[in-house]
Amino acid sequence: MSMKKTTHEALMSRKGEIIRKAVGIDYSEFESGSIAFDFEKMMSSTGYSLEEIKSIQRETGVGNTPLYELRNLTAIARKYAPAGKGARIFLKDEASNPSGSFKARRAATSVYHAKKHGYKGVIAATSGNYGAAVASQAAMRGLDCIVVQECYDSRRVGQPEIIEKARKCEAYGAEVMQLSVGPELFSTFLSLLETTGFFNASLYTTFGVTGIETLGVEIAQQMVERTGKVPSAVVVTNAGGGNLTGTARGLRAAGAESSTVIAASVNLAGLNMASDSQFNRKSFTTGHTGFGIPFTTFPDRSDVPRSAARPLRYMDRYVTVNQGEVFYMTEALARTEGLERGPAGNTSLAAAFSIAQEMDREETIVVQETEYTGAGKHVQPQLAFARENGILLKFGNPRDEEPGTNIILPTDPSLIRIRDLDLGELRSSYIRHSIEFAQQQLEAAGRGAAVRFDDKDIRFLADETRMNEKEVRSAIRTLGLE
Amino acid sequence: MKNTDAIRGDWVQIHRTILPPEERSNRVPQDTKEVPLEMWVNGFLSRESAKIGDEVEISTNVGRTEHGILQLVNPGYEHSFGKTVPELRQIGIQLRDILREELK
Repeated sequence: MSMKKTTHEALMSRKGEIIRKAVGIDYSEFESGSIAFDFEKMMSSTGYSLEEIKSIQRETGVGNTPLYELRNLTAIARKYAPAGKGARIFLKDEASNPSGSFKARRAATSVYHAKKHGYKGVIAATSGNYGAAVASQAAMRGLDCIVVQECYDSRRVGQPEIIEKARKCEAYGAEVMQLSVGPELFSTFLSLLETTGFFNASLYTTFGVTGIETLGVEIAQQMVERTGKVPSAVVVTNAGGGNLTGTARGLRAAGAESSTVIAASVNLAGLNMASDSQFNRKSFTTGHTGFGIPFTTFPDRSDVPRSAARPLRYMDRYVTVNQGEVFYMTEALARTEGLERGPAGNTSLAAAFSIAQEMDREETIVVQETEYTGAGKHVQPQLAFARENGILLKFGNPRDEEPGTNIILPTDPSLIRIRDLDLGELRSSYIRHSIEFAQQQLEAAGRGAAVRFDDKDIRFLADETRMNEKEVRSAIRTLGLE
Repeated sequence: MKNTDAIRGDWVQIHRTILPPEERSNRVPQDTKEVPLEMWVNGFLSRESAKIGDEVEISTNVGRTEHGILQLVNPGYEHSFGKTVPELRQIGIQLRDILREELK
């Protein structure tokens, strides 16, 4: 066997070949050679049917989580809502999954697929709940598991939330490789895939994303049982986009086409996710705009050539909330509803509390997930950690919060107010990224000509952004990319 | 003075520099580029005996061999629920007062 070079550049240059072996998908068969690729063909030819996924998840105890009606938080929201307003708030308790989050749904299909295709183990690059989910599913199915985490800054100070997840992964028998801050994590991850021959349990393959469709189906069915109707709105915490994509597809599959799908992220504007000195100045490690916006406006930045998570295809609205608002609502959930859950999962709860006040009293809004809580991963240690790292914590108006400088807990619940992101801007940014990406692909293939797009590409961009073809053409003109 | 800190089969943590600053990607921010990319992994010590600071090999939870500087023996977890954040106490009191009014 010849020794292969393992420098960052050498590994990155073998990326395509390594990933193909590690996910067993040849993505080239979905490509058109220009901007368009066949998303639905990718989803159906490499994924599993909804019925198969339900049965795979039933084998390992995933899904069928409880749905709670949050009567006390609804009452508080109605206090601040105009007359006749204040939708009933429901919460899907995904913390009840085996590894404590909805990520078990994503991991279940991936690990099942890896085992079926003879892989000896699975690898996931994640600092979040997904690592624990893959480790738990791998333990159930008798596969080895490696989780690669970005964990520490150069002082070797780690986010307590990430350290807790390392503990949980080790509890399930996984190897946990902890790295300091930096996107070169990806070449270390490629090197591990190459040397072990393990399956890349990516968050962004069809296996992972179709695994979440059952969550959308359950929400629709449980709401019909409980209220006689599908929900008026569903709020989804958004980072890489898979949670939103899978849930929305599941809602549609269950006949809940009328439900408004709202993405929510924690506002971390101004913080650089690859910065060593800013790493511990944020109090959320996922569900924030630092992932949410880049992945919404360019999904194909993940660890597979084409991501199955394409949130712009499904979102009706995208809102942000501030760190202080989410911490406040986490405490509120424990104190008024008797449910102690992890902060990151409550991003959509904070958004729903505000959005419910715009909606009629007869309407319903579902908070689509919760996550487990414990040492390190809890409102108390996360705020104590922020304070120890020089972040000013105080009561005030969350509007004045500056990520990385302070965290402002609302003086009272009336100050919890979502901010809408401009979907038009996000769509335009998506189109710009898609065209630039296609151009880079052409250049990488030694075909330096300018990207040309035909009707098929315009149709694709329209599907990707939920605009009509005329709007796509107009956006391209405005961007000067004709 | 002990002449060994760990023996074969002990659960240990190793540390290794993966990329020194000069080999880091040009795409990382300047503050990140000035520091190395570092790695920490736990596993079972492979050799007969070793002292903290020795270059050693370990066998990880999945049986993979990894190498680096021996840093800890029996590494544990010390994360906790942290020092009390007094502001959090106020939130529950406020919400219970609101609820008492609203549900009267």
